[in-house]
Amino acid sequence: MEAAITSAPQSPVAGHHYTSTGLDNRKIGIWAFLGSECMLFVSLISTYLIYKGRSVVGPFPHEAWTNPQTGQHLNPILNIPVTSFSTFLLLMSSLSMVLAHNAVVNKRVPKTTTGQRILGSSKLWLWGVIILGLGFLMCQAYEFTSFVHEGLTIRTNLFGSSFFTLTGFHGAHVTAGVLWLCSLLAIDYKRDLMPEDALNVDLAALYWHFVDVVWIAIFTLVYLIR
Amino acid sequence: MAQHSDHAAAGHHDAAAHAHHPTAKTYLVVGLFLTIITVLEVWAYYVPSFVASKAFVPTLLIMSAVKFATVVMFYMHLKYDHKIFRALFTGGFLVAATTLIGLMFLFGKLAVRLGLLT
Repeated sequence: MEAAITSAPQSPVAGHHYTSTGLDNRKIGIWAFLGSECMLFVSLISTYLIYKGRSVVGPFPHEAWTNPQTGQHLNPILNIPVTSFSTFLLLMSSLSMVLAHNAVVNKRVPKTTTGQRILGSSKLWLWGVIILGLGFLMCQAYEFTSFVHEGLTIRTNLFGSSFFTLTGFHGAHVTAGVLWLCSLLAIDYKRDLMPEDALNVDLAALYWHFVDVVWIAIFTLVYLIR
Repeated sequence: MAQHSDHAAAGHHDAAAHAHHPTAKTYLVVGLFLTIITVLEVWAYYVPSFVASKAFVPTLLIMSAVKFATVVMFYMHLKYDHKIFRALFTGGFLVAATTLIGLMFLFGKLAVRLGLLT
């Protein structure tokens, strides 16, 4: 009897992983991972802030610059309207993500009105997150392409190196998140995501919201503060 | 046997935490709140007199911090979740924030102002 009880924590019973803390290891793991990701992004943001204003040649983020050798005039390179729009897309994707999670948790609750059916459609909200995430990535691709055309590459100056590294890492995280959400959507089409799958959706949601909060910091520190 | 009751208690705790999760309406209100702050941030960027004032940077930092905290508390459910999750995230975040402040003192414009760097 004692042996059976002591072996229980290692064996998943009815799909639930018992742990000494009583919490699911996967959720503890994702929070620890997100805590470590804070350190990664802060190191990249610190690098950007330390190098800010120390570039010898342009283009610069907020100031115009004239090349003394060629006489070429370069405008401030950051495109705030496009980035504001992409920030809005990412914020709305986070809203869509919580609604997708909410829909999975309440899958068995009967829906009588059209509004309840819309709010209860996990497929709809997962599609929403994926489309908004792809929209954000398209804005970033447009931004990077226009920067290169205007003469700013990762090798041009300190601003270019730190900016492309920081935003590129963030974009890679968004891409990974979109792929993760695509796999959840595929599962939802194969067999409906049910309340038993809520933790799987929650893990993806936590990662996605983290990507959003990192962008909240980047948008202010890199784009808005001069 | 005690372990079984621990697990039951933990399961009960999870269920209780889930029951306190916000509703879809709360999520929509939070989404609207985040949008309004973002609009205010961008609006502040386009007001030259405000950009030139000393309040510009602190205001943007505060608005950004409010957005950050709102997403973490409501969308990531940290306000309602277990304290271990809170400790894991805020622990990493505090180490990161302290590192950022330390690096700014050592190498940033702050160091130049303090005469530590030229």
